Amino acid sequence: MSGLRLLQGRAGSNLRRERRTALLLILPSLAVVFGIILYPLLRTLWTSLFDVNSPFPGSYPFVGLGNYRRTLTNPDFWAAVRRTAYFTIVSTLLELGLGILLGLLMNVQFRGRWLLRSIMVLPWALPTIVNGTMWRWIFNPDYGALNALLTQMHILSHYRSWLGSPSLALNMVVLADVWKNTPLAAFLVLAGLQTIPKELFEAARVDGAGPIRTFFRITLPLLSSTILIILVVRTIEAFKVFDIIYVMTRGGPANGTQTVAYYAYLQAFSNPLFGYAAALAYMMALFILGIALVYIRLLRQEVEF
Amino acid sequence: MRVALSPFRAQRSLAARRQRGGRARRRRALYWGFIYAAATAVASVVLAPFVWLLISSVADPRDLLARPLRWIPEHVSFARYSSIFVGGMSDTADTFRAALVNSAIIAGSSVLISLTVGILGAYATARLRFPGRRVGLVLMLSTYMLPPIAIIVPLYLIMVQLHLLDTRIGLIVVYCSFITPFTLWIMSGYFRSIPRELEDAARVDGCSRLGALVRVTLPLAWPGILATALFGFLLAWDEFLYALIFTSSTQAKTIPVAIAEFTGRFAVDFGMIATGGVLASIPPLFIAFVFQRYIVGGLSAGAIK
Repeated sequence: MSGLRLLQGRAGSNLRRERRTALLLILPSLAVVFGIILYPLLRTLWTSLFDVNSPFPGSYPFVGLGNYRRTLTNPDFWAAVRRTAYFTIVSTLLELGLGILLGLLMNVQFRGRWLLRSIMVLPWALPTIVNGTMWRWIFNPDYGALNALLTQMHILSHYRSWLGSPSLALNMVVLADVWKNTPLAAFLVLAGLQTIPKELFEAARVDGAGPIRTFFRITLPLLSSTILIILVVRTIEAFKVFDIIYVMTRGGPANGTQTVAYYAYLQAFSNPLFGYAAALAYMMALFILGIALVYIRLLRQEVEF
Repeated sequence: MRVALSPFRAQRSLAARRQRGGRARRRRALYWGFIYAAATAVASVVLAPFVWLLISSVADPRDLLARPLRWIPEHVSFARYSSIFVGGMSDTADTFRAALVNSAIIAGSSVLISLTVGILGAYATARLRFPGRRVGLVLMLSTYMLPPIAIIVPLYLIMVQLHLLDTRIGLIVVYCSFITPFTLWIMSGYFRSIPRELEDAARVDGCSRLGALVRVTLPLAWPGILATALFGFLLAWDEFLYALIFTSSTQAKTIPVAIAEFTGRFAVDFGMIATGGVLASIPPLFIAFVFQRYIVGGLSAGAIK
């Protein structure tokens, strides 16, 4: 390979030509991505320093970091943060735990395994909004399938309003999210399991280790990179959660399902406190960037192994 | 070392082994029973909500609003589906029809553009040496994690100025900004897995760099391109927040926005929303089932790489 390149000769001018070609090839991508993202991103930063309260251009009072201070001292913001943290932690841990169990199940060789794998693709492929609508219909207080099922099985004596009280509604949204996103975790775990050499399990069996011990001593440690990736990807997604909240509860009842992203959306588009919303969006972006940096560092470690 | 076995001892160990064999067989039966029970339980929990959505889409409103709920509807009709396909029968159906067409055009075009632009950039990052290659790739990936709320307000104002609000082109442009980095990231990894020697040989034979890319590398990379295109399509088909803010009429409204809009209203027949949901799920479900192998493989490769 390098012989061929040497044959082409004149390494210096070659390298310069290569750089020019590279720039030419990558320019369209840079233009599309940064042309659309960079200006709005900087503009949002600029807006976050002013007390902007309408979408129209004009002169607004400069408040410096005032919007950020206002955010950090606002109890509504902290309530939204608490709900987002609850949603993120509970849904991510459930998805991870169930994902590991389902990944193990899909890895067992049994008849009909292909069918189970095909079925598991369904929630993952279902559009997020359709998922939210579907669950909202199932949880319907008057005609919902969940109420019908539980009363017909005599578990419940009367119909309940599943999305009617703040904390119950948040848990029901978590349930809908877990139903949709667990298969992704399970497929990632399955892919991770398939990279573990079978000899390790055989060696463990020969050494007399039972299934539980094998799981904790061999499977789990070797899945650690997969688990980290699931945790980080799901944390980022859960932290940004908006679509499913919008379609299932619109942040209600009594703001019980209002997450940070939904709160920021309301500040910008119904209040309209653009400066305040911009500061909020920036803090969210910084937090996610922090998680993303961890992700990228982990990925780089993976590549080097 | 010689081990003397008395006939008595041999007999006893045989009996012990038989007994142990019986216990092992019982344990194995229990194990497989557990596996099949778990697989069946998982499959039903995954399928049940979606099956209920399907039933709701063909059931008569009287069946849907019955208490106690009739799981198998007495009156089944496909009238809602035909009202969407034929058009001109109800406002809801016409909105869904227009939204499905919009979604298809918007997702298809943004994938086509992102793929073209992204493949060139991916080729440059995979094959050519130039300063800032790594940083560029990481920056691209980090834009992918940016919460949309951080750029949406300035983007909205730009759209107003350029008269792109409530147009398909406006959404296509925005969608390219998040599908392109994704394409570039995945295809860069894919190009690196294709041996460079093939291209070098073509170039020695007088091919230009772009000629070698088009004639040699692209034909070899088609599985990667297909998987990336399908993923990109799913991303665009599923997108909600941008579409919610940037579109308002049937001119450009996508199917998630149409579904979310009708879900919030009280007077709408839920069967109609279910029909829209089922139709909105058909393209992604088709992609997921037909290309399951690619998707699961690409998913794990993309996430772990």
